Amino acid sequence: MEPFTYRRASSTEDALATHGSATRGAKFLGGGTNLVDLMRLGVETPSELVDVSRLECSIDAGEDGGLRIGAGVRNSELAADRRVRSRYPALAQALLAGASGQLRNLATTGGNLLQRTRCPYFQDVTKPCNKREPGSGCPAREGEHRNLAIVGHSEHCVATHPSDMAVALAAFDAVVHTSRRAIPLVDFHRLPEDEPWRDTVLEPDELIVAVEVPPLAVAARSTYRKVRERASFAFALVSVAAAYDGNDIRIAFGGLAHKPWRAFAAEEAIRSGASFRDAAEAELEQAKPLRDNAYKVELAARTLVRALEELS
Amino acid sequence: MSVAPTRVVGTPADRLEGRDKVQGEATYAYEYEVEHVAYATPVVSTIAKGRIRSIDSSAALAADGVIAVLTWENAPKLPKAEGELAILQSPQVSYRGQIVGAVVAESYEAARHAELLVRFEYDVEEHDVELRADHPTLYKPGKVNPEFPTDTEEGDVERALEEAAHAIDETYTTPTEHNNAMEPHATIAIWDGPSLTLYDSNQGAHAHRETFAKTFDMPPEQVRVIARHVGGGFGSKGTPRPHAVLAALAARHVERPVKLAVTRQQMFTLTGYRTPTIQRLRLGCDERGMLTAIAHDVVEQTSTVDEFAEQTAVVTRMLYASPNRRTTHRLARLDVPTPSWMRAPGECPGMYALESAMDELAIAAGIDPIELRIRNDPEIDPESGNRFSTRNLVACLREGADRFGWKPGSRRNGRTLAGLGVAASTYPARRRPSQAHARRNGDGTFTMRVGAVDIGTGARTVLAQIAADELAVELDRIHIEIGDSAFGSAPVAGGSAGASSWGTAVVRACRLLRAGDEDEVHVDTSDSADAEEPLAKHGFGAIFVEAHVDVDTAEVRVARALGVFGVGRILNPKTARSQLIGGMTMGIGMALMEETRVDGRLGAFVDQDLAMYHVPVNADVLDVDATWIDEDDPHINPMGAKGIGEIGIVGTAAAVANAVHDATGVRVRDLPITPDKLVGRI
Repeated sequence: MEPFTYRRASSTEDALATHGSATRGAKFLGGGTNLVDLMRLGVETPSELVDVSRLECSIDAGEDGGLRIGAGVRNSELAADRRVRSRYPALAQALLAGASGQLRNLATTGGNLLQRTRCPYFQDVTKPCNKREPGSGCPAREGEHRNLAIVGHSEHCVATHPSDMAVALAAFDAVVHTSRRAIPLVDFHRLPEDEPWRDTVLEPDELIVAVEVPPLAVAARSTYRKVRERASFAFALVSVAAAYDGNDIRIAFGGLAHKPWRAFAAEEAIRSGASFRDAAEAELEQAKPLRDNAYKVELAARTLVRALEELS
Repeated sequence: MSVAPTRVVGTPADRLEGRDKVQGEATYAYEYEVEHVAYATPVVSTIAKGRIRSIDSSAALAADGVIAVLTWENAPKLPKAEGELAILQSPQVSYRGQIVGAVVAESYEAARHAELLVRFEYDVEEHDVELRADHPTLYKPGKVNPEFPTDTEEGDVERALEEAAHAIDETYTTPTEHNNAMEPHATIAIWDGPSLTLYDSNQGAHAHRETFAKTFDMPPEQVRVIARHVGGGFGSKGTPRPHAVLAALAARHVERPVKLAVTRQQMFTLTGYRTPTIQRLRLGCDERGMLTAIAHDVVEQTSTVDEFAEQTAVVTRMLYASPNRRTTHRLARLDVPTPSWMRAPGECPGMYALESAMDELAIAAGIDPIELRIRNDPEIDPESGNRFSTRNLVACLREGADRFGWKPGSRRNGRTLAGLGVAASTYPARRRPSQAHARRNGDGTFTMRVGAVDIGTGARTVLAQIAADELAVELDRIHIEIGDSAFGSAPVAGGSAGASSWGTAVVRACRLLRAGDEDEVHVDTSDSADAEEPLAKHGFGAIFVEAHVDVDTAEVRVARALGVFGVGRILNPKTARSQLIGGMTMGIGMALMEETRVDGRLGAFVDQDLAMYHVPVNADVLDVDATWIDEDDPHINPMGAKGIGEIGIVGTAAAVANAVHDATGVRVRDLPITPDKLVGRI
């Protein structure tokens, strides 16, 4: 671990000013459940940590009936919120499907969105990885990639985004509010293309302050299904956040791509009267599985069909 | 002859150190406070094969708090060191993650930081880390662990298979698996002139003392190894690991005490693992299901540093009889860390294959799998011809079938398929020579000193229970001291032989103390360890599993698991149950998730932490229970006990795989049984 300094920000302005004055890559610190691990591994080497975990910590009702979730709201608090549980049940389920109780007590809403991939090559500084060390190569393409991406990957990176929460937020048309703008969540995370080191569209001196979940009637009938070989405390092989009331529909996948994968094609197919299976296949047509992860195509299709059947 | 009745033995006494452990008062190896201590951290190779061309330590040496950087260029020479322990003795790199240096610093943090600053240049050679059944380097080792013949053959297996009424010929594989004890390995090394003291997390203080004495070419009396509390070992702490040698080397080099803690990531290359196996099983039987042929051919790996030959097919030699039998072991020498001991080495992977094959044969022959095993239960050990001291496999199968409600056949409940599986389990019942010391304190209390190590099993408590009975006092009258090579020599906590070996010495010491006028006695059981009639001594058990498989996602969950064991007298039902269900839980992990993936191109393990290498969590262990039948076996030790540390894992993976097949009709022969291998096939 590289030596670093730590400072707790008193406001968003203070956080941005401190961040801007750091000599070598400052990082905003939320719960630290991912960043501190990566610092221990030498993957992240910030000179300064700016603690923003105490700045925006409330869940407020929006004027339009949605929710405004402060970036510092802990995952466990968000999962327990009565409004979330009744109006956006898939979001509560997704949060509870992630990590462990201890980690959820620390992990923040903003930090959760900024988790780095759990691709094992990314986490080992002795191995090549274009995301960690641009130009060093992507050994996962030819190596171990059973749990990696089947859609939206590039020759430079086949990593997946690990968040469960973000999958539900993607389905629910959430908007990320930063210190300077509002970004739809589905546009917040990037595909790797030829810049896999950029996970999101966030600029270096831009800070997430809140996530807004708009009012969405269909979200009250939603579910989150996470598939994994271990019953708890494991990242998704495939996950599905789905909201369906026989009329309106929202679908997003996790574990398939570099970002939470909003399934617009599947939604469109269902609106046009396709069967659940056909809708799943319409979405997964674009899948380009690697040597050892073709199973994810079938698994994703079956998991989606199952989720929609349960909501029907 | 039978075993004497007991009063304290057989009761579910709480662990004597339990309160200390949950309150953080139990001192583990790394936690001893030592004056003027320095901190060492290993620097490991980033290539799988080659030679170190040059080393640049200047940046590390210039970093704050750094005292020294050790490499092969400046490390003390260890001409007597062997295999994995001969660290920093040459520029040769034999596997990725091998120790090639150490940073010694004033703090752990300074050492970890400087570790990243040492620069190595390598002349890289081509490596090969992938085991294949047709690997060109396959060879026949001289023996398999610890001293078994590599191959056995009797009768004519090929012909018997041709003539069999029913036969199966299948290949099963198990992946690389890592032990991952909760407490990572750690060592404090302190030199005092020519003497070396080690606080070390290990499974045997004396075994470590002997190896250290040899490695550093010094008399064993000048080495003291202390291991009072150990947070799990599962075999990975059975023999000294290279990091402990590194700590002692570093301490000698900087002339200060040195602390060294292995990181979780380093555990994947420095502290051993279970070899992957490729096992071909051929079984044949007649119309009645009597086995006419058993052939078990194993391919596994060792390293270029040392030979480790897992005894995977040895268990097949004794479990079932047949006139035509064959077992073989072949090793590939790969550019990998040397495999090592992991809970039930040999029996565990071997029984996965054998007991899966028995299930397949039962189906082929149309015979219930329990009945097939009962019909083939031998009267005498088929290998040695000796009688069994006790063999209650049939009783375990029957008792388990009754308790579990044995009624195989797939059942559907909504989107879930349920099925049942069964497998036999077995493990040798051993006793090794041990010493023990007993003292009458004059105030009604007694002090026992045994060189035992309690790796979390409850050994300390059980030994005190044994002493309390022998001395006819309450348990709280016994002070017990363990985990120190300064005490009389005692064997390792391994091979499920700890309580059997140490307990025998405790019994003898207590009896001697009671019989005489001395207030202090010392005994050594080495004179009697092998002086008994030749018997085949093994524990037996039957594992039952109900697996639930989601028809859409192919997720497998073990809804129920029951183990019924015939393992002699149970010394403490609380700690025994923990050992048995712990073993079974590890077997569930082996069946469904444990796997260290290998990248052939990088020559590396891909998984190197517990987020990637999955072991079961509480949510995976829904209803796991263990019980035992009354068994009176006086032939192993005076307590009438057999070892229980390993038998729980042995048959469990096969029972899970058999249950998955019962539920789905799909046979996965490559562990672990993960959704990618099942989805779309159900």
